[in-house]
Amino acid sequence: MSVSLIRIAALAGVALIATSAQARDLTIVSWGGAYQDAQREVFFEPFVAETDIAVTEDSWNGGIGALRARAEGPPSWDLVQVETDELVLGCEEGVLVPLDWETLGKDNFLPPAVHDCGVGNIVWATVLAYDADRFPDDPPTTWADFFDTEAFPGTRALRAGPRQALEFALLGDGVPPGEVYDVLRSPEGVDRAFAKLDSIKDDLIFWEAGAQPPQLLASGEVIMTSAYNGRVTAANESESRNFQIAWPAGFVYQLDSWVILANSDKQDEAMQFIEFWADPARQALLPPHIPYGPTHVDAAAQVDPEVLPDIPSAPQNLPHGLFFDDAFWVDNVEALNERFNAWAGQ
Amino acid sequence: MQATAASRDRELCATDSTALRRALARTERRRQLWAFGLTLPLLAFLIVVFVLPIAGMLKLSVENGELVQVMPEAAEALRQWEGGGVPPEPVVAAFARDLQAAAAARTLSPVAQRLNNAHAGDRTLVQGTARRLPENPDGSWRATLAAIDPAWEEPRIWASLKRAAEPWTDLYLLQSLDLQRDIDDQITAGPPERAVYRNVLARTFWISFSVTLFCFVIGYPLAYKLATLPPKIANPLMILVLLPFWTSLLVRSAAWIVVLQREGPINQGLVWLGLIAEPLQLVFNRAGVLIAMTHVMLPFMVLPLVSVMRTIPKSHMQAAIGLGAPPFLAFLKVVLPQTKPGIGAGCLLVFIISIGYYITPALVGGAGDQMISYFVAFFTLQTVNWGMAAALGSILLAATLVLYLVYARLVGLDRLRLG
Repeated sequence: MSVSLIRIAALAGVALIATSAQARDLTIVSWGGAYQDAQREVFFEPFVAETDIAVTEDSWNGGIGALRARAEGPPSWDLVQVETDELVLGCEEGVLVPLDWETLGKDNFLPPAVHDCGVGNIVWATVLAYDADRFPDDPPTTWADFFDTEAFPGTRALRAGPRQALEFALLGDGVPPGEVYDVLRSPEGVDRAFAKLDSIKDDLIFWEAGAQPPQLLASGEVIMTSAYNGRVTAANESESRNFQIAWPAGFVYQLDSWVILANSDKQDEAMQFIEFWADPARQALLPPHIPYGPTHVDAAAQVDPEVLPDIPSAPQNLPHGLFFDDAFWVDNVEALNERFNAWAGQ
Repeated sequence: MQATAASRDRELCATDSTALRRALARTERRRQLWAFGLTLPLLAFLIVVFVLPIAGMLKLSVENGELVQVMPEAAEALRQWEGGGVPPEPVVAAFARDLQAAAAARTLSPVAQRLNNAHAGDRTLVQGTARRLPENPDGSWRATLAAIDPAWEEPRIWASLKRAAEPWTDLYLLQSLDLQRDIDDQITAGPPERAVYRNVLARTFWISFSVTLFCFVIGYPLAYKLATLPPKIANPLMILVLLPFWTSLLVRSAAWIVVLQREGPINQGLVWLGLIAEPLQLVFNRAGVLIAMTHVMLPFMVLPLVSVMRTIPKSHMQAAIGLGAPPFLAFLKVVLPQTKPGIGAGCLLVFIISIGYYITPALVGGAGDQMISYFVAFFTLQTVNWGMAAALGSILLAATLVLYLVYARLVGLDRLRLG
């Protein structure tokens, strides 16, 4: 027993030395799961085939702490998919390197996708969703309908916490998408949003995890809910539901971004991958796998028309969207979360 | 052989009894050392997984090192300044120069975050100012800062900076109790619309207390039945009680959602029976939290109770009845007092475990039913504000210890039987 253990340990040691002596591959890190499977098929494998640059994949769950840890010490991750708060903080702290926008061209991307240290790589959205089977004639079409319990009696759901709930409350109160954050930046605007939420408090429940909204709709627990657009489409496909997204009602969209870590010794290869990925024709291949929108301005036109209505950056959807203001929320989320919970507990 | 040994002993005893005593003491000491040595792994384990993390948490809740570390000269100047209004030019200049240096070294982020913890919006103020700060002042540094953002003319931000320049802070502990320091450094109530943590703390204890009560009401008769049935029947029933232990907490909580939802079996059954016209809201509210948590906690109540009840001889009850007591009175006077150690232990276990609950209320509760660990998770996972997370934890720990001492006084700790 102990002899074989020693032998295994010795073998593991040899293997460890062997790998660390080997040249490191370009390491790309994404969210794993079905999403990374789609990325592998559309981007990673064709990239390896075309450039002969070996790629190793890893996946993570986000968090600026994890990024900081990886950016210290010997290089391990090169290209990472991050959310906007990690992009903003990582860039401020020097964890990420500035991108070469000369070759990418700032005009080629949706304006929010352009950042000193990152390029937005997918668009995903929090939307108003409902079960079309329950509304054969007169479905909800606006956030005002969401807050109108007389015309649409029944329970509705929002994500727990102030984020997006306050934006939707203001949309429901008639604030145009372009002015939502200006209103929220004033104390009166916050009061107005909470007053709107308060008007339907008895008919409002809250979800925690992205998997919940489709389940709440399916079980009839709620008649409409905010939901991540990808989850709605996935439920329609895998469980043959008839959930609809009210895109024209307005939605909050967010981006994930490609970033390069400051300690990477493969920055040129990482940049080469970003250039390969940036091709609009290639970006247009992702939505048929998973309904996240491309960020290149020319990509949406090349997306399969079958799936185009499901993605946030489709030309018919994007004008109704409201870009999630990370700067506002990084500053205010703690104060507003306290207020949200004080309100909810009353 | 025996004779020689005995004679030598006698010899020893006669010649040098102190040597013998010393030898005995040495053996005794060695044995004690050995016994202590055996507990060393446990001691080390407790220190590493229990004492150190708690000490670390208490320290985190008052730690204030960001400004001192990143802007040492500004921190020193701010500490010297007596406070009130906008500080004199040398202090402002020291701050501006350190701001430049920190921005260049990209170390400003923790300072900006620390200031934002005290006042929402200061992160953007500091980062935005650092980006636009010129190399040399345009006139005075005070005028330069004011030109970038008029907020630098407000006494509030400087009072905030002065507090951030101290090595320790009570910011997080105060905020965890819905308190704050005003501009004159006096402790006052925080903004009323944000007052949430005292309510959450009270809610945490109230939910835990209710769950303990329900577990006792359901668990006591169950435990009594399990303890008095013949083992052939009791053992399979016991497995049913233990079954939830072997199922993932997440699965159990999710299962309760399915059972309790509007179109779930309970509501459908009640409607079918004609007891209610409209489905009841049984989940995503307090009712759901209490039902699901009582189910999760029940084994912690039943196990200590069963183990105590099994030690009570059946003859006690028979004797009481034989002497003429009605069965219920016999139970009250004879059995119940003997199960007190089990009741004490079961209630303590359920209550203490309930206090830290997070997943079940998050899944089956509404926004107004979240307990304190929900907020600890929010601060650690979402906003990376360790100060607030640690302060909430410390306050929960302190409140729990107080309750525990009261409980110990009431029940008597030596009388607890945990299983």
